[in-house]
Amino acid sequence: MQYLEGRKFVVLGIFLAVALVFAVRLFHIQVLDGSYKLAADKNTLQRIVQTPYRGVIYDRNGQILVQNTPVYDLMVIPREVKKLDSARFCQLLQMPLQELRDGLRAAKTYSRGKASPLVQNLSTQELAAIQDNLIDFPGFSIKPRMARSYKTQNLAHALGYVGPVSPTMLEKPKYAKYVPGDFLGISGIESYYEKELMGRRGVQYRMVNVRGIEKGAFRDGEFDTLSVAGQDLHLSIDPELQKYGEFLMQGKKGSVVAIDPKTGEILAFVSAPSFDPAMLTGKGSGNRYMELLRDTARPLFDRPLAAAYSPGSVFKLVNEAIALQEGVVTPQTGFPCNWKLVRCTHRHEYPANLTLATKNSCNPYFYQVMFAALRQGRSPSKYEDVAIGLTEWRKHVTSFGLAQHLDVDLPGERMGLIPSRNFYDKRYGHHRWTYKTIYSLSIGQGEVQVTPLQMANLMCIFANRGYYYAPHFVRSVGNGGPLPRFREKHFTSVDQRHFEDIIPGMQAVVDGRGGTGNYASLLDVGISVAGKTGTVQNPHGEDHATFGAFAPAEDPRIAISVFIENAGFGGSSAAPLAGLMMEKYLRGKVAPWRQRWENWLPGSADRFVTHRNRR
Amino acid sequence: MSATVRYSRSIDWVTLLIYILMVGVGLLNVYAASYSAEVPFSRVFSADWSGLMAFNWFKQLVWLGVAVVLIVVLVVIDYKAYDTFAYVLYGGMIVLLLLTLVVARPIAGSRSWLELGPMRLQPAEFAKFTTALAVSRFMAGINLRQQAFKQQLVLAGLTLLPPLLIIASNETGQALVFGAFLLAYFREGMSPLILLILAAAGIVLILSLLVPKLWLVGAFTVILALVFVFNTRVLRHHLPLALSTYAVVLGMVFGVDFFYNNVLQPHQRKRIEVLLNPSADPLGVGWNVTQSKIAIGSGGLAGKGFLEGTQTRFDFVPEQSTDFIFCTVGEEWGWLGTMTVIVLFMSLLGRVIFVAERQKSVFGRTYGYCVASIIFFHFCVNIGMTIGLAPVVGIPLPFFSYGGSSLWSFTILLFILLAIDAYRKQDLVR
Repeated sequence: MQYLEGRKFVVLGIFLAVALVFAVRLFHIQVLDGSYKLAADKNTLQRIVQTPYRGVIYDRNGQILVQNTPVYDLMVIPREVKKLDSARFCQLLQMPLQELRDGLRAAKTYSRGKASPLVQNLSTQELAAIQDNLIDFPGFSIKPRMARSYKTQNLAHALGYVGPVSPTMLEKPKYAKYVPGDFLGISGIESYYEKELMGRRGVQYRMVNVRGIEKGAFRDGEFDTLSVAGQDLHLSIDPELQKYGEFLMQGKKGSVVAIDPKTGEILAFVSAPSFDPAMLTGKGSGNRYMELLRDTARPLFDRPLAAAYSPGSVFKLVNEAIALQEGVVTPQTGFPCNWKLVRCTHRHEYPANLTLATKNSCNPYFYQVMFAALRQGRSPSKYEDVAIGLTEWRKHVTSFGLAQHLDVDLPGERMGLIPSRNFYDKRYGHHRWTYKTIYSLSIGQGEVQVTPLQMANLMCIFANRGYYYAPHFVRSVGNGGPLPRFREKHFTSVDQRHFEDIIPGMQAVVDGRGGTGNYASLLDVGISVAGKTGTVQNPHGEDHATFGAFAPAEDPRIAISVFIENAGFGGSSAAPLAGLMMEKYLRGKVAPWRQRWENWLPGSADRFVTHRNRR
Repeated sequence: MSATVRYSRSIDWVTLLIYILMVGVGLLNVYAASYSAEVPFSRVFSADWSGLMAFNWFKQLVWLGVAVVLIVVLVVIDYKAYDTFAYVLYGGMIVLLLLTLVVARPIAGSRSWLELGPMRLQPAEFAKFTTALAVSRFMAGINLRQQAFKQQLVLAGLTLLPPLLIIASNETGQALVFGAFLLAYFREGMSPLILLILAAAGIVLILSLLVPKLWLVGAFTVILALVFVFNTRVLRHHLPLALSTYAVVLGMVFGVDFFYNNVLQPHQRKRIEVLLNPSADPLGVGWNVTQSKIAIGSGGLAGKGFLEGTQTRFDFVPEQSTDFIFCTVGEEWGWLGTMTVIVLFMSLLGRVIFVAERQKSVFGRTYGYCVASIIFFHFCVNIGMTIGLAPVVGIPLPFFSYGGSSLWSFTILLFILLAIDAYRKQDLVR
């Protein structure tokens, strides 16, 4: 019997072996493996995000353009849905049965126990219709939310819109703070000022039990943060002018940009064709967006910012300013209207000085002006000479805010193009091009491209006689004024006196007898306008009409650029439109005898073309 | 010297101390498991009796009071009574189990609870110590190694009758406990081969569930071939044994599917599935195990602190004051806490073995081993299931889990041993 006593060690050994296995396993899951702690937090911690009130957008007069309005999402918790009478439910919500099934399936895929939206953006009226019946459908609930609503039907392109954050966005670090279901500015000001408009989200951590019932704040709210409402934006947009501009541009493609040259504040920003900003918010916005996207006139295209056109004859002003600065011409310089160099626009008097040449927009005159500026004999080789000249010339041009971002407060700004020496070397080869190759730059045709916004800014420069403020929409974020960079003066490389020399010609264009821009004249109401017409050759069809101007000429309060695609000669369509806009802004009304143009201008741009051909 | 004085000197104070520690820690954790911030402790002072009885921890305190009375009664009774009345108690318990089968209303699918007014008793709990007494009594009269097959059969019958009745009442977990008696029999001379064969069979069963059948068949065939190659004696003398073992193993491999699909009940099948692959269905069947592991695992080294366990307090762990009480320990006291519990159990088991070995009678020693084995089995399976090492079997953690039946049955089980041990010297004197 005695030897059996040794078996107690076997029994004890078994006990200890199991205890050891437990000790190791427990050490592993409790001390080494951190995933259980995360799982425990996931179980009990509920993160409640308080979305702050999005900032309101005001116009120049302090009237609300964009505000927030409550909408309601119908949420569903799949686990709690019991005995759903789907026929009655669909009738109540007026949704097809298939849509309900798809929605429920998607919700189940997301989570059985968490709420996901089934129908979004119900209005208060729609909510009232279903609310009382909702009690018969367990698992469905209403979640209120703030959505954008619009007090204006204009300015869609600049305002942009707010939409749900997309899965692709969420993968980028820039959107790390967003979660699915969040809304954010997708385009325009809403996107550019997203940070300011959104404010700061508040986060509360609550502890919940296994049934999702709240059990109080986590660590007495140590980690909770309060939400901070978004800042309001005060735009410089003049609502009346904006509305008027969109009215005048009806049926046309193109853009109108008006800027206060004294501040750089954008007064009107018209991209035609346009649409009602409310189209991209609320129920059915997705379908409406697709409709706009499919429209061949491309209403979603933000023309003032992203369309680049050749500036046409308006560009002659820039070349003249540079030539004056370089000292190769004077205002009294005369050149013959030599059609052998380049065809002129029309037969006109001898361009004996700058003012006459500008008034008649004489192509050969400005051909010779730019030739003088580029070919200064800095090199015996005509190839090298023009290349050196072009490089000098380009330095001047870029100081006018061309071929660069003006850093307007909107996303998606195009730079345009001012060709450089390298550009032509690549295209034609080193020393394989001369002035004759690139002369079309002198009349603003060819490779040079500017955006309508840059063109308006160009008019600001002439209005200010040599400097500009970066154009901007927001004159005040909250009560804090504009962004600091919008208070910086940008000077061009051309002296003020040379601008003074050019402006009489621009006034002659509008107010002089036989000037190309006579239709923009407001002399009859005592306002002197300085401007320049342009007709942009367009390989795809009819010429684009353009006109740039500012008024009053002696103390400018508005600078404007107008582009109308395929409308032919700038003087007959763009100029009168600019005139109406400037009068509207400066006087608040339009003289009765000019009001007939209001009925004539809106409509298809083709009318101008046929009119010209008839004449 | 009066009997009481002698008794007080000879009771095993170490075991008593460990017992007090265990029920004390257990009570604290039962309090934590049923604690709710909305019901402050101060409400206790204004509550009437029925209000107090709504608290699990208070009920446990009452059960503990009853246990103290039980302890006094157990040690005052003449120790010889346990020997003498072993079969009577056993018989009474069998009758009670049969009665339960007939009378009991099903609770959570099992007919194992007897209702006596406001109280509920689970006779299966008490089958453990009565069976232990009966088999110890029987063992004292035989020599397990040398006795005839007939007597071994009687012993097997004594051991298997209660679990069969318990299985009939659909409380499989409690029935499995009786397997623990094998450890005691092993100490008393049962062939170690039986333990080894059972262990091997268990491994084969688990492998058959985990590994593709053909691989297993291949592996065993290779083993058989290797045995023949390296030990030619087996080929010559034990060919039938070797081949029949091989046949049995193959039978098990292929029989496990039948057993699994046709013998096991659906919920038992799922518990095994969950053990093999806990993440298969974390919200369904795997819920208990997943949540239990999360609760324990989130405790860290030192735990979240008393009453700070979020998983426990917010009801993520099911049955948290009874079968899953170990989760509360793990979450609020961390690894240090769980190790304390394990060390307590190891001390208790070691001490019980020590006490058993110092008994002069086969009855006393066998009973001691039965006590150790039963407690060990509960310890193994209960903690094993909370950390995902054993299938979910509904048996309590001795001295820790909330519940009168379980507390009393383990108290009786343990203190009968102490009572027998206390009179050990009297035996000598006599």
